[in-house]
Amino acid sequence: MTTPPAEPAANPRAAVRTGPWAAGPRPVWEEEPSRAGLAGKGIVLAGACLAVLFPLWIVLVTSLSSKQTIQEAGGLVLIPRGITFIAYQELLSGGQVTRAALISVAVTLVGTAFSMTVSVLGAYGLSRSGSLGHRWMLMLLLATMFFGAGLIPTYLLVQTLGLTDTYLALILPSAVSIFNILVLRGFFMGISAELTDSARIDGAGDLRILWTIVLPLSRAVIAVITLFYAVGYWSAWFNASLYLSDQDMMPLQNVMIQLVQKQEPPVGLGQAIRAGELSQLAVQMAVMVIALLPVAVLSPFVQKHFKKGMLTGAVKG
Amino acid sequence: MSHSTAPGTARTPDDKSNEDSGSDGSDDGSVDVRVPRARAGRGAGPVAGGAAAAGVTGRVPLRVRLRRDRVLILMTLPVVLLVLVFNYLPILGNVVAFQDYDPYISDNGVVSILNSPWVGVEQFQRLFADSAFWDAVANTLVLFIIQLVLFFPIPILLALVINSVIRPRVRAVAQAVLYLPHFFSWVLVITVFQQIFGGAGIIAQNLRQRGYEGFDLMTDPEVFKFLVTFEGVWKDAGWGIIVFLAALTSVSPDLYEAAAMDGANRWRRMWHVTLPALRPVIALLLVLRVGDALTVGFEQILLQRDAVGPGAAEVLDTYVWWNGVRNQDFSYAAAAGIVKGVVSLGLVLAANKIAHLMGEQGVYKK
Repeated sequence: MTTPPAEPAANPRAAVRTGPWAAGPRPVWEEEPSRAGLAGKGIVLAGACLAVLFPLWIVLVTSLSSKQTIQEAGGLVLIPRGITFIAYQELLSGGQVTRAALISVAVTLVGTAFSMTVSVLGAYGLSRSGSLGHRWMLMLLLATMFFGAGLIPTYLLVQTLGLTDTYLALILPSAVSIFNILVLRGFFMGISAELTDSARIDGAGDLRILWTIVLPLSRAVIAVITLFYAVGYWSAWFNASLYLSDQDMMPLQNVMIQLVQKQEPPVGLGQAIRAGELSQLAVQMAVMVIALLPVAVLSPFVQKHFKKGMLTGAVKG
Repeated sequence: MSHSTAPGTARTPDDKSNEDSGSDGSDDGSVDVRVPRARAGRGAGPVAGGAAAAGVTGRVPLRVRLRRDRVLILMTLPVVLLVLVFNYLPILGNVVAFQDYDPYISDNGVVSILNSPWVGVEQFQRLFADSAFWDAVANTLVLFIIQLVLFFPIPILLALVINSVIRPRVRAVAQAVLYLPHFFSWVLVITVFQQIFGGAGIIAQNLRQRGYEGFDLMTDPEVFKFLVTFEGVWKDAGWGIIVFLAALTSVSPDLYEAAAMDGANRWRRMWHVTLPALRPVIALLLVLRVGDALTVGFEQILLQRDAVGPGAAEVLDTYVWWNGVRNQDFSYAAAAGIVKGVVSLGLVLAANKIAHLMGEQGVYKK
């Protein structure tokens, strides 16, 4: 066994590498990585990241290309040349896609607000152990993680409640995720009881404690769960396909199924595509960009909290 | 309850062991009862209402606890109601599996259920006699096994690689990129695949333009199961890293140092320290996977069912959807749903039992 360098400074390469990409502190007993090892790691990570980013790049670039560019490249545009926003202009100038996108935004905002309110209240209510009914209410929620009622009875229920062809059908049946509530509850329970007790002595009720103490301390997990719910609403299409019959009510994902999977041109744009001004491919890719943009923009901001959120909830269960 | 039931005596903090005489003589209506809720391992809490009633034993009466916890109960009520209505109430609806349910008897589902004829287990007999059902079962299980073998190890390997990177910036970038597809909808993921690998996709188009023969992976029943698995890997393998990385951060560096002092090189340390640390998480996730074996990507497969055809793409969930929602054969589909639910529950319990036998904790404790 070779003697490890006594101090990090004794490591000649550590002294060279500085800046934001520099290595973190290496334990003194750990060997220097071999060249082959570093290369292997680099290939695996770079390959995985490329596999994620390359398709997204293609989608983005194609959506920004003119019909001529796409034809010259045989459909496979790798490097943008002559960027044009014509597909976006056409899509977002008030047609089918514009309406669907607005519907999706509205359902996502209202649904997320509703889900978060119900979940935070519920998680806090269940986080004070020893309260009346706390145990059986928790059991009631936990049990649903082991079985579901099934698609058909749920479908019949939503029909019976008269929710079909209303936007409530997109929100209520899947409004709360028990997993998310458990994550929130786990986090709330980790907040020091001395803190909440002292507020109680000062005369604060549960709602006030939740609002002024617990929530400000839980920003990280609140951000994560909000993102989870928002992404859930934004991505949902199945409830809409089940419960909505009016094509004009369909959210963005369902319109995307129509446009891209079934290769139909968007209502109103068929003319432009047939006339050869607009590439069908660019239009399809532009719809996809519109669908993925909010998610791709928001999730990196919340990303640093993911592990914390998952740790308190999932592992503790 | 309009009257305050505040007892004159106050209580000590621990409401389990402790008491109140139960008498509530004082009816002053304005006293706010604050009985501290018990918290494990915690001593004194605020005591409101007067002198401590030392030495009295018993339980806090229900009325007092109800008044004390009313805010908490009200807070929890919305989620309990939602779960009761949308998770528990539909369970009753499963009775249609024992009926010949006719949705057109009335506008109201409940009235229709009450007026539909009972047929006993006839729907189940029909189901078990139907070869399409068994095809769906076979497809489900084959897909489950393919996903288990080809998907399950990938997040573990990626997590090990990322964990061995000590440059924080590299870690952060890799994680940000790999997490991203998890947040895309299935519609989007499948659409991306179709635009790239489909018959009208850009690769096939490009090949044709250059005089080669095109191809269409998206409608090929032969490759469908691998395609579905690949899509799953693209979307969720990166996300699966999180839980393993979390487990790895909880490993004490002392263990690595001790192993290094004992002469273990990096591979030995991985084998004897890192992998044992992951063992409980791997066991837990395996149990969850096995318990979920009959659910193999409903949305994902339903979206591709038309393109590939039910022969290769029909799994149990889509079978229920097709027969119930599309063909309006609600009773038959509900019967299939019940079979799936019961077998799934059995699988969870069995998998958990095996985890216990292996000395792991599983989903719930013994």
